[in-house]
Amino acid sequence: MGNHSETNRAFPDENGRFGDFGGRYVAETLMPPILELEKAYEEAKADPAFQEELDYFMTHYVGRPSPLYFAERLTEAAGGAKIYFKRDELNHTGAHKINNCMGQLLLAKRMGKKRIIAETGAGQHGVATATVAARLGMECIVYMGAVDIVRQKPNVFRMRLLGAEVRAVHSGTATLKDAMNEALRDWVTNVGETFYCIGTVAGPHPYPAMVRDFQAVIGREAKQQILKAEGRLPDAAVACIGGGSNAMGLFHEFVPHKEVRLIGVEAAGKGVKSGLHAASLTGGSPGILHGNRTYLLQDEHGQIADAHSISAGLDYPGIGPEHSYLHDIGRAEYVSATDDEALHWFQECARLEGILPALEPSHALPRTVDFAEELGKDGLIIMNMCGRGDKDVFTIADALGEHISEGTEG
Amino acid sequence: MTHRIDQTFAARKAKGQAAFVAYMMAGDPDRAASQAFLNALPEAGVDIIELGIPFTDPMADGPVIEDAGIRARKSGTTLSVVLEMAAEFRTANDTTPIIVMGYANPLHHMGYTKFASAAKAAGVDGAIIVDLPPEEDSELRAAFETHDLALIRLATPTTDAHRLPQVVAGTKGFVYYVSMTGITGDSFAQAGSITEQVTRVREAANLPVVVGFGVKTPERAREVAKDADGVVVGTAIVKTLYQDGPEAALALIRTLAEATHSS
Repeated sequence: MGNHSETNRAFPDENGRFGDFGGRYVAETLMPPILELEKAYEEAKADPAFQEELDYFMTHYVGRPSPLYFAERLTEAAGGAKIYFKRDELNHTGAHKINNCMGQLLLAKRMGKKRIIAETGAGQHGVATATVAARLGMECIVYMGAVDIVRQKPNVFRMRLLGAEVRAVHSGTATLKDAMNEALRDWVTNVGETFYCIGTVAGPHPYPAMVRDFQAVIGREAKQQILKAEGRLPDAAVACIGGGSNAMGLFHEFVPHKEVRLIGVEAAGKGVKSGLHAASLTGGSPGILHGNRTYLLQDEHGQIADAHSISAGLDYPGIGPEHSYLHDIGRAEYVSATDDEALHWFQECARLEGILPALEPSHALPRTVDFAEELGKDGLIIMNMCGRGDKDVFTIADALGEHISEGTEG
Repeated sequence: MTHRIDQTFAARKAKGQAAFVAYMMAGDPDRAASQAFLNALPEAGVDIIELGIPFTDPMADGPVIEDAGIRARKSGTTLSVVLEMAAEFRTANDTTPIIVMGYANPLHHMGYTKFASAAKAAGVDGAIIVDLPPEEDSELRAAFETHDLALIRLATPTTDAHRLPQVVAGTKGFVYYVSMTGITGDSFAQAGSITEQVTRVREAANLPVVVGFGVKTPERAREVAKDADGVVVGTAIVKTLYQDGPEAALALIRTLAEATHSS
């Protein structure tokens, strides 16, 4: 492993730029700590002992490698290319998020930081952070929008069981972006002892590159696995995108392989034309938020617009800067899927494959099926099944008009 | 224009006094009331005005200023409106500097060159953009230099000796020293430590140093004014204006300004 090509290594530059995107747009108070973090990360990356420790936990604690699974019945239903799922929902804690948390918290340990803060949307990053913090004996505080706390109750309780403190954020839209604002406020206040574990490939440099690197294990494994299973690279790699960490994790290894189409699926909410969506690349424009320059949902005055998605994990008005770059140079294609499409394919996937996908990868399913049809029988697709849907059953029941008891007061 | 800023500090310095800097959120609670409040500031003793630009995601602000921004946005306060307010203020006052303060995205969206030109035309003297550290402000700074506007940098307790020269290089008018690690409106945590810090920043910058974050009372303003060239109060003013109205807020400003000037 670790055979990254030069093309992969080219970005970001020393200022954390992916072309015109990325950078370090933070208050001066946070500049010294992010420079310190960058230095510590570069040192850790070059240290075999750090990599060895990370590999140990990835194998024995996270449960990697995750399988690459031929989704035979979905393939039949789609009637075209062979569809493989990269099963990152089988990781410990049920999503790809732990790949990054394992890396960042081992780095925090190396830096001597014992107080961990994180933001979370769907709760998957919060659960993963709380899990690894528990394992490494660290204090953990998770900021979560009050709206998300309601729609992701099981994950809130899970975090508390893991010893984390979940702090509700009521400001703004009370969703993921506001949780990130609040986490940044915490960091700027408790800067010395705190390590901010950002959950996606966004934020100031070095986060977009660092989170991508920790998630890149997904694509490295998938490449080896597909070569073993099919003897060739896929025609397309498909993943859902909120901030875009699971997609970057899958794409990174394939970026130099121009014959592999990279397809990111944003959340179109009630439809991109409705204005109620979370599709930053499809329906946004470049701006500055949360430490980086990237595509954002914003109004004509540069105020950040509200994102809308049934999936709390995709309900974010920005996208990682490397996706903005891959979009602008035309290396990756970005499409979208609506709430209704995600709900429909969630149910199809459950019935056809016996897999309850999270609402996030449920957005990737309809476009995967479309591309399978487009590519035809000789085609080959890998879709990142980046999370499991157990956390979403209440939201889905609600959307389908069914009442299921949560076992406690409503 | 840095001219108004320089003259303001020179005039106070000649009397052995520090300058009083007041922050207000433009457009809170609405344009007319906010304009009247802005126009009344110099007579209440304000030497320099920081005019807040509302933004949806104010990452360095506490709840008081965040809520003020929400009210201002609801009342239709865009970046253009902020500049219109400054221009209206200038029709009656040509001496009190106005520094607009906020976050990068609204300026970035308007375009830095267009913003600089519009700000100059509106009679604005400079800007403090919280999320543009030295590493990211070269584009805006170039536009500001064309129009002789001051892009004021922030120095903080985490800005170490190695970094300080980079932070103060190219800043104009004054340096804003954020006296604690935290967000606006937090309580003053590091009382007593500012003499050394202010001296350090002033020596590096060779410019006046104003101190903000955590100053709420006349007592504290008087204390800070002993070391600093200027004292900034924001949250306490915004909170009083919202809760008790403009008369109460102007009364508070008078006591804060007197305390600052008497030190």
